[in-house]
Amino acid sequence: MKLRLPLILCFLCGIFMIVQFFVPPFTGVYDKLLNWVMIISIPALVIGLTSLIKLHSNRIIRKTPNMPYSTVAFVAMIVMALSGLIGGTGQGTWFEWMFKNIQVPMQATMFSLLAFYIASAAYRAFRARTLEATLMLVTAVLVMLARVPIGDFLWQHVMPDSVLQWKANLPEDVAGWILNVPSMAARRGIILGISLGAIATSIKIILGIERSYMGAGE
Amino acid sequence: MSVSRFIFIITIIFGLFWIVSYSTAQEESQEPIEPLRPASNVILTDTPNDNGKSISMRWDVSPDDDRVSQYIILRNTSPKEGFAEVGQVPTNTTKYVDEENLVKGTEYYYRIRAIDKKGEKADSEVFGPIKPVAQWFNTDYKFIAIAVIVFGGIIVYCIYSARHGREFFIRRIAGLEAVDEAIGRATEMGRPILYLTGLGGVSDISTLASLNILSRVALKTAEYDTPLLLPCNDPFVMIVNREIVKGAHIDAGKPDTYKEDNIFFVSDDQFAYVGAVNGIMLRERPAAIFYMGYYAAESLLLAETGNSVGAIQIAGTDADAQLPFFIASCDYTLIGEELYAASAYMSREPLLLGSLKGQDWSKFLLMLSIFLGVIMESFATGFGLSFLHWIAKFFTAP
Repeated sequence: MKLRLPLILCFLCGIFMIVQFFVPPFTGVYDKLLNWVMIISIPALVIGLTSLIKLHSNRIIRKTPNMPYSTVAFVAMIVMALSGLIGGTGQGTWFEWMFKNIQVPMQATMFSLLAFYIASAAYRAFRARTLEATLMLVTAVLVMLARVPIGDFLWQHVMPDSVLQWKANLPEDVAGWILNVPSMAARRGIILGISLGAIATSIKIILGIERSYMGAGE
Repeated sequence: MSVSRFIFIITIIFGLFWIVSYSTAQEESQEPIEPLRPASNVILTDTPNDNGKSISMRWDVSPDDDRVSQYIILRNTSPKEGFAEVGQVPTNTTKYVDEENLVKGTEYYYRIRAIDKKGEKADSEVFGPIKPVAQWFNTDYKFIAIAVIVFGGIIVYCIYSARHGREFFIRRIAGLEAVDEAIGRATEMGRPILYLTGLGGVSDISTLASLNILSRVALKTAEYDTPLLLPCNDPFVMIVNREIVKGAHIDAGKPDTYKEDNIFFVSDDQFAYVGAVNGIMLRERPAAIFYMGYYAAESLLLAETGNSVGAIQIAGTDADAQLPFFIASCDYTLIGEELYAASAYMSREPLLLGSLKGQDWSKFLLMLSIFLGVIMESFATGFGLSFLHWIAKFFTAP
């Protein structure tokens, strides 16, 4: 029964969610179910927080090699929580000051690192070792040149007038074609596969064929 | 200045003032003095394909629409007095959908009030009654319903065939073949395995697919006594992860080797999560890293750090924009549907393999439809054969 009840619930809820999409009077029930999900997520956050506190406090108490990191995480969590609970979270509060001047810049820093990671990944991906990698390199260079001002500048100043009269915006046209035709075709193929995969997985879960996510063992 | 000159100047000024006042009054008197005329021909219809809580209205604007500043929609449950405002629309508007606290099955009457810039009002006749009624099937979605039945039917038929012993050929997926190799490598090196389920919540289908793969990976790691680290960014996912890994240890006959602390919540903030996971990678130096589920901008930040610590990396995501980043940084990448196929491929259970085959047949049907659609649309446009547009209409229906 421990396994059967969740499977029955999963089947009934899954079938209902498919049916409600096509039956307008059920849209109200659907909205209510979404509210339930939000309500349930609040106790889950408490569980998450408990896990976080337990993990870091254990590391601090046991003085593991990662203790300094845990101490920083623990202190930051307590300071933020206390400043919010005592001073509030509105304009001009300590909480708001720390959010704007510590958390937001740190998030921006992490996101900015992406530029450097892209450079190193692109270097590895575009090394012209095989025919496919060479094709990708040439395509990437064409698209990049067409998308930056220097590409247009070079085209307008290096090409003879006869070529410019024939095609004044050839790099832009080529980049547009690459993105809108072969790249889009491949992307749509992947999206079709993903959609069918999602449908098949949903059917397997609704029918109870796929149940490994329940974690109860075989 | 003599007195006579002063009187003369004053007379001139007053004379000019009178002329200006008189001409302004004349202009004003030339403005229309006819009463404002109301909107007419109000047509009320029950909004189709709704839950019975909406009325659609259309009308002809007032003949004096250029004078009108706005139209006010008035509603009542009787045609007599007591109409109340339920909405406002600007001038030159001819339609409105009333969704303001309507009760299914109740009769309503409407009138439209035109108001000009001076506040003059003109009420239309009373129109109605009209009853909002719920429909039991949204006909806008009939093509989606057909597609769901067809694709769902194919998948269920293939599962049914598998149940009756039919064997299916499934192509080799390199990324999934490498899972055992990655676990074996981590075991030999005595280093942990890092498994990430992405940013999705437990209700996301890609997260569910990731959890299915996790159950297989966790079983192997439990058998080999290899530490499995699972930093989570969603508390719900963390709870399910713990259940899965615990179940895998029980299945492997080693419940005592299960460590709950290896599956922990980090942060639900995207970049805080990346910072924490990158730190774990650099400190713990895992031998194998799995990225399965939904990822956004953090995909490359994670995968490049994993690459720098020399881990064997296997990724699988349904976020098509992140696939190039994973392909560039990981050793193996499950592209799109391969993520969903992983559970069936790794378990080799006939029923799960049957669903995979159903997926393939559905894809074949879609390819056939695209091929036929291209041919039919070409003929329809080239030779003016409009009846050939049906296949395009089928797939572009709302």
